Amino acid sequence: MLAFNFFGATEGGLFDINATLPLMAIQVVALTYILNSLFFKPVGNVVEKREKFVSNNIIEAKNKLSEVKKLEADLLTQLQSSRTEAQRIVSEAENESDKLYKEALELANNEANASKEKARLEIETQTSAARDQLSKQADDLSELIVNRLILEK
Amino acid sequence: MLTNFAALEVGQHLYWQIGNIRLHGQVFLTSWILLGALLVFISLGTKKMENDPKGLQNLLEFLWDYIRDLARTQIGEKVYRDWMPFIGTLFLFVFVSNWGGALIPWRLIKLPSGELGAPTADINTTIALALLVSLSYFYAGLSNKGWRYFEYYVHPTPIMLPFKILEDFTKPLSLSFRLFGNILADELVVGVLVFLVPLILPIPVMFLGLFTSAIQALIFATLAAYYIGEAVEEHH
Repeated sequence: MLAFNFFGATEGGLFDINATLPLMAIQVVALTYILNSLFFKPVGNVVEKREKFVSNNIIEAKNKLSEVKKLEADLLTQLQSSRTEAQRIVSEAENESDKLYKEALELANNEANASKEKARLEIETQTSAARDQLSKQADDLSELIVNRLILEK
Repeated sequence: MLTNFAALEVGQHLYWQIGNIRLHGQVFLTSWILLGALLVFISLGTKKMENDPKGLQNLLEFLWDYIRDLARTQIGEKVYRDWMPFIGTLFLFVFVSNWGGALIPWRLIKLPSGELGAPTADINTTIALALLVSLSYFYAGLSNKGWRYFEYYVHPTPIMLPFKILEDFTKPLSLSFRLFGNILADELVVGVLVFLVPLILPIPVMFLGLFTSAIQALIFATLAAYYIGEAVEEHH
């Protein structure tokens, strides 16, 4: 068989190469297959399954996080819009009440002015009536005086 | 004599004769014991796989992850899956052989000839592993790129052709001799030190040996993956 003898020895020696070599090679190849089915495949399956599981979870968590962020932004814009809406309503109501107040004020002013005018007119008529009456009485009196003077003469 | 306890037996083998085939029995004995232990360990760890790993499963998953990273960085995202079991087996085989050879007091078991030790301290084992790596990268290159694989030999210029061809021989040679030399040297250093000073002094060297053993396993697997990656790489 494969029997190279170094150092001229007929048997033995450090470099005694014989059928141990191919048999050892066959043994290692067999060991590769045994270890593959006993160790590399099962452990690989478990580890890779777990790695997939972890990475899936990370992806899922990232998706959820982005969803949450989107919802948060949504809510924020909603809040913003409702806040401006509320502000608008408040200012509108303020304007309205202001207008109403002004209207009421004007109305009251007008009313007051009207009654003032009316009173003034009344005073005026009464004054003129009194003046008329006074002038009439003065006329009567003057006539009386005149008549009396004429009669005495 | 003390030499019986810590004798150095270099180049002695326990021969098994099957027909006219001769085998180094001690290599197979230790490799069967160590691989048996490895398989028992792995079957215990993968017996009840859970999504929430506990105990041994945790360790095996760490190992798997380590091997995957090694294969992925050297071979590339596209085909590392096909070669991960081979790279992982090389790593585990070399690592278990080296550490088993260093940690288990094999010398307590007497053999009629030779002694038990790391299977990777036998040149047959390391050449077998290195040739498997060579076959693998040829297969990887040819199956992935077809005849275009041979563009690699003239890339980036045809001047590289002789060097690339030479590399096909130096790759398995360096792979096998690096591993063989390191592990054998470690065993010899520990053996000599135990022989000379049987107390305390060999311990730091033994730790150094464990370190070297682990590094050699990593180097072997990384280089194998690198060669395969080189073969499947697309040149632009």
